[in-house]
Amino acid sequence: MIASQFEYLKQFLKAKSGLVLTNEKQYLVESRLLPVARRHGHAGLAELIQAMQKPGAMQLCSDVVEAMTTNESFFFRDSTPFQHFREVMLPAMLKARADRRAIRIWCAAASTGQEPYSLAICLKEAAAKLAGYRVEIIGTDLSNEVLEKARNGIYSQFEVQRGLPIQMLLKYFTQKGDLWQINPELRSMVQWRKLNLLESFSTLGSFDIVYCRNVLIYFDQPTKVDVLQRIAKQMPADGYLVLGAAETVVGLTDAFRPVPELRGLYQPAQAAGTQGLVARSRFQVAG
Amino acid sequence: MKHCLVVDDSSVIRKVARRILEDLSFEISEAEDGLKALEACRKRMPDAILLDWNMPEMDGLEFLLALRKEYGGEKPVVVFCTTENDVAHITRAMRAGANEYIMKPFDKDIVEAKFHEAGLL
Repeated sequence: MIASQFEYLKQFLKAKSGLVLTNEKQYLVESRLLPVARRHGHAGLAELIQAMQKPGAMQLCSDVVEAMTTNESFFFRDSTPFQHFREVMLPAMLKARADRRAIRIWCAAASTGQEPYSLAICLKEAAAKLAGYRVEIIGTDLSNEVLEKARNGIYSQFEVQRGLPIQMLLKYFTQKGDLWQINPELRSMVQWRKLNLLESFSTLGSFDIVYCRNVLIYFDQPTKVDVLQRIAKQMPADGYLVLGAAETVVGLTDAFRPVPELRGLYQPAQAAGTQGLVARSRFQVAG
Repeated sequence: MKHCLVVDDSSVIRKVARRILEDLSFEISEAEDGLKALEACRKRMPDAILLDWNMPEMDGLEFLLALRKEYGGEKPVVVFCTTENDVAHITRAMRAGANEYIMKPFDKDIVEAKFHEAGLL
């Protein structure tokens, strides 16, 4: 791949998905795009990039974006964000929404579905406390291919063995040959939408809890700021934002502030007096 | 350092498992069937056992049932690691007192995740 072609690809991906491709990511381009090239009948990356620039290459271009932005995901990935969900966010929301009895959760980079389904499992395990509450989980991703997989909820033996305790596998999945499908009851708890975070998401409505993990890292500073500020606009003052382990709002925007002592957890900055609520709910759990 | 007994009749599997678990800071000993594993446990009860199912002399399930009746035999965390990957087998193993279950083939990520689930890491 010559320099001008890599440059074209960089600008194309930045414009279409916000993905910032640095020069040391050439290996990623090759491993992700060679299969796409082959699928579309091109001999190599040079031919693929040429074909992308011809009129009518919509499908090819969309396949390239999908291939470059799809990320590996595990059930209960990093475990802490789910511990925070069970022990902090859910108790706080059950209390704060006791009148309305409705909680809305958004997984903004849902990928192949492991994160929203992990949350659905947490909700199932807490079913007794949730009686009478309507909890919605919306999973969005910009890739059709991964959304299709997420919707079907079918995972390989490798995928179900990373992060998922065996008891949960037995309880919430059905074996289909070498594959495992998450049960219809859990599948029906998540709604899926195709969404590009660079475009407007104001029509999705307001969310009490937003998981936006391991996607901001691909964006440049101004895009991170823009996405975070638009997320803040869709959240009530007592809502929670969850970012990935390598991500932060600090130094980017004043729209959110970190929740003290709970790594990866943020609240809209206009929230006042919610710290006490967090402390109380933690105390309840501990007690 | 936690001590893990690797029980498998395949020396290749024992070697692979040893390498993965040593990287995770376990002290490893090995046994090639359930009977030898039981003898090893009587001499020194391990913290964890990675256990194959199909083995000569005494299979993994028989070993597990016998182990749990031994003095101190309730202590080790037992992680099955077997090609028996259907719900019926998994259910039997869990009822017999297994703590986690790995379906072969496995890699380092899976062993690490499962040992984490089982509270060993």
